[in-house]
Amino acid sequence: MSNTEDKKLLEIKDLKVSFFTPAGEVKAVGGISYDLGYGEVMGIVGESGSGKSVEAYSIMGLLQSPGKVIGGSISFEGEDVLSYDKNQMIDFRGNKVAMIFQNPMTCLNPVYTIGNQLIEALRAHNKEISAHDASKRAMEMLELVGINNLEKRMKQYPHEFSGGMRQRVMIAMGLICSPKLLIADEPTTALDVTIQAQILEIMKDIQKKTGMGIIFITHNFGVVAEICDKVSVMYAGRIVEQGKVDDIYYKPAHPYTIGLLRSMPRVDAEEYERLIPIDGTPVDMCCPPEGCLFAPRCEKCMQICFKKVPPYAELGDGHRSACWLRVQEQMSGKEEQDNG
Amino acid sequence: MDDKVLLQVTNLQKYFPVKGVKGPGVQAVEGVSLEIKKGETLGLVGESGCGKTTLGRTILRLHEPTCGRIVYDGNTIYDSGGFDIPLKDKDGKQVLDKNGKPLTTKSKKTSQDMLPFRRKMQIIFQDPLASLDPRMTVGEIIGEAIDIHKLASSKEERSEMIKSFLSDVGLNTEHANRFPHEFSGGQQQRVGIARALAVKPEFIVCDEPISALDVSIQSQIVNMLEDMQNELGLTYLFIAHDLSVVRHISNRIGVMYLGSLIELGESYELYKHPLHPYTKTLLSAIPVPDPEKSRARKRIVLEGDISSPMNPPKGCRFHTRCPYATQKCKEEIPQFKEYGKDHWAACHLLG
Repeated sequence: MSNTEDKKLLEIKDLKVSFFTPAGEVKAVGGISYDLGYGEVMGIVGESGSGKSVEAYSIMGLLQSPGKVIGGSISFEGEDVLSYDKNQMIDFRGNKVAMIFQNPMTCLNPVYTIGNQLIEALRAHNKEISAHDASKRAMEMLELVGINNLEKRMKQYPHEFSGGMRQRVMIAMGLICSPKLLIADEPTTALDVTIQAQILEIMKDIQKKTGMGIIFITHNFGVVAEICDKVSVMYAGRIVEQGKVDDIYYKPAHPYTIGLLRSMPRVDAEEYERLIPIDGTPVDMCCPPEGCLFAPRCEKCMQICFKKVPPYAELGDGHRSACWLRVQEQMSGKEEQDNG
Repeated sequence: MDDKVLLQVTNLQKYFPVKGVKGPGVQAVEGVSLEIKKGETLGLVGESGCGKTTLGRTILRLHEPTCGRIVYDGNTIYDSGGFDIPLKDKDGKQVLDKNGKPLTTKSKKTSQDMLPFRRKMQIIFQDPLASLDPRMTVGEIIGEAIDIHKLASSKEERSEMIKSFLSDVGLNTEHANRFPHEFSGGQQQRVGIARALAVKPEFIVCDEPISALDVSIQSQIVNMLEDMQNELGLTYLFIAHDLSVVRHISNRIGVMYLGSLIELGESYELYKHPLHPYTKTLLSAIPVPDPEKSRARKRIVLEGDISSPMNPPKGCRFHTRCPYATQKCKEEIPQFKEYGKDHWAACHLLG
C-alpha cells in the first residue's frame, strides 16, 4: 500500500447539505471535512438527527428533494463526485461505492428471490457477464458472508430469511461488484447482540480480505471500538471531534464526546456507578443557536461559545476538536512558549 | 429493599394459538418460575423473540396466561388450577373434616378481577408515542388513570395531582395542555412514566423503556427511574436487550432463551461468573466501548439463529446452537437448580 499513502480514497471538504422545507432552511450538515485512506475504517458516531445519514446519502448521490448539497466538495480517488452526471453516478454507485442500510427487509424486494436480486445487481453493472457466471459469482458472495445451503438459499425469498441472514444478503449484494468503499448505515442497530457480533466478525473478515474502505455509521460506541480505525463524532450537523479510535476513547477532547462516554453504563464496569447524563435535549435544527451548537448543553461553556463557531484545535496525529476550550488552551500554551 | 416477596410466578406458560396449524401454536413462555422481592429491580434479558416481553405482559395479565400461577403480594391473581374456596353443603354450612378443620374445594374460576390490582401494577412501554393516545392531551392521559381509580376527590385535587406528576418526571406544568406529538422522544417517555406513576403503583414492568431513545437521553431516563424507585419504594421488572443498561439498573437478572428462564442471579455475579453457555455467549457478544479491551478479547460467536417457538427443539431448547451439547441435552429438559448463592441455572453440564 506504499503508493496509496499520498492518494486518498475519499476526501470530503466543507460539505454543506440543507433541506429547504416550508418551515425554512434546515442545515442538516453544516460544513464537515474528513478523508479516508484505502483500507481504512472510519466510524461516524452521533445521535439521531445529527446529520450522519444525510452526509452518507450525499456521497452516494441519494439525497432527495428538498435536500440539496449547497457547498463543499466530495472527491473519490481524485474525481469530483458532485459534478458527475446521471450515467457517471450510476457507474459510481455499486461499482465503486456500495451502501448497506439499517433495515434489510425494506431494502430487499419481497417478490424476487435472493438469487435474482443478487444477479440483477451484478448484471446492471456488468452487461457482458453470462447468466451462469453471474449466478456462480452470486453464490460465491453468499458463501463469503457465511450463508450455507447455497442452491436452496438462492431460490428463496427475503421473508424466508431471518433478520441477521437478510443483513448478510445485503452485505453480499453491496460487495458483489467489488466496490472500494462500503458505507454501512447502522447495519447492526436492528439486530440482536449475538447476531450483531456475527455481522461485525464477517465485516472485519471481508475488510481484511478485500482491503476496502468502510464508513461505519452508528450511535454505538462499543461497535466503533471494535471495528474502526478512525472516528468522527457528529453533533447537530458538524463534526465536533475527529481522530484515531484510541485518541477518542482515551483522550476525548470535546465536552460532547466526554459526556457521551461518561453517560453510558459500561459492561466492563466493576461495580455500580451512577450515570452522569448530558442535560437538555438535542438542538432543534430549524432554528439553531449561534456559535457552538453544543453550548446550551455544555457544562463548561463560556461567553464566546454562544457567539462564534469554534474552529478546530489540532491535538496531533489527526486528532482535532471543535471546542473553544481546547483552542484557548492551545493559544495560552503558545503564549507561554513565546514568553518563556 | 426488604426480603418480602412481592410477586411470585410459578410455572407460567403462554401459548399463542396459530390459525390453520395443529398443535399448541407459538410457545412464547414455557414454565417460568420466579420471585421478585419488594423494592428490587429484576432485569430480564434475551434475544428478540425469546419471550421476555410476553412474560412481562402475561404477569400483568395483559395476555391471559395459558397455565401457571401468579401471586401478587399474597393475593393469587391467576391460578390455572382454580382457587381454594370453602366447601359447603346443601344448607350453605361449612363442611369440616374429621379433625374439625374447614374443607376447601377448587373453584372453576381461574382469575381474579384485575381492576384493584391494575392500580398497583403498571407498565411502561417501549415506543412512547405509540403508547399515548394522539387525540388526548397529556393532562387528559394522566387524568384518565386518576379518574378510573377514583383517586381524586375534587377537580382541584385532580389538576394538582396532574401537575405534580408532570413535575416529578421533569416536565413543565404547562405541558399538560399539549398533545403527545408535540414532545421529543425523551419527553414522550417521561409522559409514559408519569402516566404509570399517576395511580401510585407498587410494581412497574419497564418494557424496553429506553431502547427508542437517543444515547444522551437514555441516561437521563435511567437515572430518573432509579430516583423514583428510591423515593417511592417501587419494584421493577426491567426488560431490555441492552445488557449494559440492564446490569446497571438491576439487582438480579434473569436470562431467557426461547421462552424459558435459563439463568438467574445477582447482576454483577451473573456477569462475572456466568454459568449457562448461552449466557456466556450473550455476554461475550456485547461490544465494549474500549478499543484495547475489544482487541484483546476473544468472543464466542454462536452459529445459526434462534429456533422457531412454534416448534421448539426437544430437550434443552438451546442444544441446537450450544457448542457443548451432548446426547442428554437433546433428550432431557434440564432442571432449573441453584448452583451458587441465589444463582440459578438450567443446564445438564453443570450437574
